[in-house]
Amino acid sequence: MTAVLSNPVFREPESMGGAIREIEFRDALREAMSEEMRRDKRVFLLGEEVAQYDGAYKVSKGMLAEFGERRIIDTPISESGFAGMAIGAASMGLRPIVEFMSWSFSLVAADPILNNAPKMLYMSGGQLGCPIVFRGNDGAGGQLGSTHSWAVEGLFSNVPGVKIVIPSCAADAKGLMKTAIRDDDPVFFLESERLLSIKGHVPEGEYLIPFGHAAIRRTGTHCTICAWGRPVSFCMEAAEILAKEGIDCEVVDLRTIRPLDLPTVVASVRKTSCAVVVDQSWSFASPGGELAAQIHRHCFDDLDNFVHRVHADDVPTPYSTKLEQEYLPNVRKICEAVRAATYRA
Amino acid sequence: MHLIREFEVRCMQSYQEKKIGGFCHVYIGQEAIAVGCTQAVRHEDPIVTAYRDHGHALARGMTARACMAEMFGKIGGCAKAKGGSMHMFDKPNNLYGGHGIVGAQTPLGTGLAFATKYEDEVINGAKNKRVTLCFLGDGAVNQGAFYETMNLAGLFDIPVIFIVENNGYSMGTAIHRGTTMSHELTIKGRAHGLKEATIDGMDVVAVQQDMHELAEWCRENSRPAFVDMKCYRYKGHSMSDPRKYRTREEEERHESNDPIGKFERTLLDNGVVTDAVIKEIMASCREEVRDSIQFANESPEPPMSDLYTDVFVEPWGRYPGSSQPEFTGGATNVCAFRATNGKEGLV
Repeated sequence: MTAVLSNPVFREPESMGGAIREIEFRDALREAMSEEMRRDKRVFLLGEEVAQYDGAYKVSKGMLAEFGERRIIDTPISESGFAGMAIGAASMGLRPIVEFMSWSFSLVAADPILNNAPKMLYMSGGQLGCPIVFRGNDGAGGQLGSTHSWAVEGLFSNVPGVKIVIPSCAADAKGLMKTAIRDDDPVFFLESERLLSIKGHVPEGEYLIPFGHAAIRRTGTHCTICAWGRPVSFCMEAAEILAKEGIDCEVVDLRTIRPLDLPTVVASVRKTSCAVVVDQSWSFASPGGELAAQIHRHCFDDLDNFVHRVHADDVPTPYSTKLEQEYLPNVRKICEAVRAATYRA
Repeated sequence: MHLIREFEVRCMQSYQEKKIGGFCHVYIGQEAIAVGCTQAVRHEDPIVTAYRDHGHALARGMTARACMAEMFGKIGGCAKAKGGSMHMFDKPNNLYGGHGIVGAQTPLGTGLAFATKYEDEVINGAKNKRVTLCFLGDGAVNQGAFYETMNLAGLFDIPVIFIVENNGYSMGTAIHRGTTMSHELTIKGRAHGLKEATIDGMDVVAVQQDMHELAEWCRENSRPAFVDMKCYRYKGHSMSDPRKYRTREEEERHESNDPIGKFERTLLDNGVVTDAVIKEIMASCREEVRDSIQFANESPEPPMSDLYTDVFVEPWGRYPGSSQPEFTGGATNVCAFRATNGKEGLV
């Protein structure tokens, strides 16, 4: 198999120690940023309303009080300007965290984040790096309409030189954010407004989750469901419903789509002989389409059916709750796709 | 200035000989700016510029060999032939590019200056007080990113100097056809509270003296500035420009005000150098450029394996499994979904 499929090496798991708490997704993000800022003075946070307002979504609540205005920096509404400024600072060796209130707003900063950050190392022949984290809400929120509901992974995963992290739960949000901040390459960290208040189990103490390592959220034998970010919870719910119908699903949470943990996906599909990919971006030229193509390539002789895909519908995001719920990947659509893929429709 | 002029003339020849590919923008006529500005500041002060960047690279100390070989697409180039004419990078000489998108270097330059200030204030307290030079063309003045950047620089007291190399044309569009208040360009900086200066960019002594004074002010006060650097681009925007948008008379009028000839006359008139010294300098520049072309010709092409390097510092990140605790998957990757939202058992 190609180098793409070589399995990264694991070290023996470290003892976590300490108690396991139940905290919100946003608290997990804040813990990760604060711990890294205490550890490394080069790390700072900038963005709209991150300081005095405590963050538009309260992710950075209290950070101004701890770190001061030199390191928690309110910016004007100038995404292109402050994203580019942070990239310049990163090329000098600082490690900025740039908050986009919404990834939808990153589109006005497309030039710096796509033309400068991912290409700096290559164009300079390895002289200048760009250790930077861009983070913010991605995907549809609650009835925000077309312009505020972008799932930008559909656009940005096409670009070489960026790492794309899409956590699905609080524990992953913390462990992956710490890894992102310590990473030497540009990282696009895609959160979901709909997940920020969701609580989850997070251990006390420091831990990092390596990039390119999927989590098998549920083991099963009939069908592999691959997902990342918010739709993972829909997949877990769908798997419960399908289990009652006698369909035993394995849910693989990719965590990062660049790098992509193909070995885990391929091993799972070789076991189940069936795959469904769930992706909240639009279907045409999407990460879900890429993953389906990779599964077809690497599991060609193992599959009992073609890879079925569940995406956001191929229309701008609607406002109406009813239409928006139908537009998104949802439990019903996932159940239908699995039934079709396993010939139980 | 002689070195840059000679270098650019030979660049044009090499381009016509198809030794240089892609886009190529020469600096002929504007040499006094790169030379005067780099001489006005310290070597540790970062600089960043746009795509007409060969002059800045040479003025900052990049060798003619590394610069020429980069354009020839050879491994001896400053960026191992991954950047090309528009993307000259030289970290040891504190040159942070060479950027191809008009105006895109302005937020980056502000970021360089932000970093120097942050290092002084948060990290080491060394108070190095570096100032950053960010060069742009008069066409870049109309980019939105530049206005956002001036606002940020003014707001955050960032020691960056925006040097608008105002050669009167954004590609083929005369400045008054594309820019409001073009007769008083510094008003754009004034709107954001930047210190203003208008400098004759065809006079290297004026550039060096005025820029030194301005840079020291920005350094001491940690404030940004906007410079309308008046100049003229003798050649076309790029190698494919027939210059039909301006008259030959206009070009000749500016060429008679040549920065190199003017500086030579000043030196001769004041008895600083003799004619023989100038001839010696010219000969040595010619030799340096000739040597750079020979070097670029002889330097090997990059190995095919270089296509795949420098995309990431570390493609899989710095933690390839080393910190994966049992709780988040351990060695098996099996890891329960622990989003509970208060409801136990949902896992």
